Amino acid sequence: MATKYTGDIEKTKSADMKKKLNVLIVDDDPLNLKIHERIIKMIGGISQTAKNGEEAVILHRNGGTSFDLILMDKEMPERDGVSTTKKLREMKVTSLIVGVTSLADHEEERRAFMEAGLNHCLAKPLTEAKIIPLINHLFDA
Amino acid sequence: MNTTIVAQLQRQFQDYIISLYQQGFLDNQFSELRKLQDEGTPDFVSEVVSLFFDDCAKLINNMSKSLERPENVDFKQVDSGVHQLKGSSSSVGARMVKNVCISFKECCDVQNREGCLRCLQQVDYEYKMLKTKLQDLFKLEQQILQAGGTIPQVDIN
Repeated sequence: MATKYTGDIEKTKSADMKKKLNVLIVDDDPLNLKIHERIIKMIGGISQTAKNGEEAVILHRNGGTSFDLILMDKEMPERDGVSTTKKLREMKVTSLIVGVTSLADHEEERRAFMEAGLNHCLAKPLTEAKIIPLINHLFDA
Repeated sequence: MNTTIVAQLQRQFQDYIISLYQQGFLDNQFSELRKLQDEGTPDFVSEVVSLFFDDCAKLINNMSKSLERPENVDFKQVDSGVHQLKGSSSSVGARMVKNVCISFKECCDVQNREGCLRCLQQVDYEYKMLKTKLQDLFKLEQQILQAGGTIPQVDIN
């Protein structure tokens, strides 16, 4: 059962068990990684990072990895966000995947990214104010 | 702790940061960054902007090389650099840098080398100007902390 929060986010699995939101942040820009990691920590989550899509795929391929949420950058070397999202869905990864892109306002680009298997798309720069309502919405759905 | 000195420094800090917003150096995203800093991470903002300035130097250097020879300009490479710079300047709230990137992209789109060179010069100037301003801001922060005070929250709205 998901619980609505305005500040600290915790994913309530049952009345007796609470679990911190576990997030994978996939982005080639160290600056964005630093900011997004901090946002996730501020909202009470824990995070792991991948510098590109290929790293994200390898993380899942090695098994034993499961995330509640994946924040996926679109433009990355090695493997971009669209290809990574498609691959993760082919691998039956059921995590919520949110695309994070500066091209979010271009409808065609956004549509292609969504069609790859995203649950939602957000425009950079990310802020707590953008993330919290989205997480509440996605986990309530 | 000399409360008068702390209060003076805090006032100086508030006035200075407000002036940076009013003069257009910074936008609201910088405030969002400051919200992510707390006592446990007192250097978060300075670390982030340091990464940004490193990015600026590297990207400007790369774009300069791409624009060097008129007969062999790789506009795709330049466009890629501008895109990255626009993204990172948006992420830290570097408003003037971001605005120059918008014009820069337009010059790339029409393959206007002269325009690109002017924008490159402008973006180089703007990031260095911002770097100086933020270094002064962080110095003020350090002075406040050394005087035993706390960094004031500033409402820019």
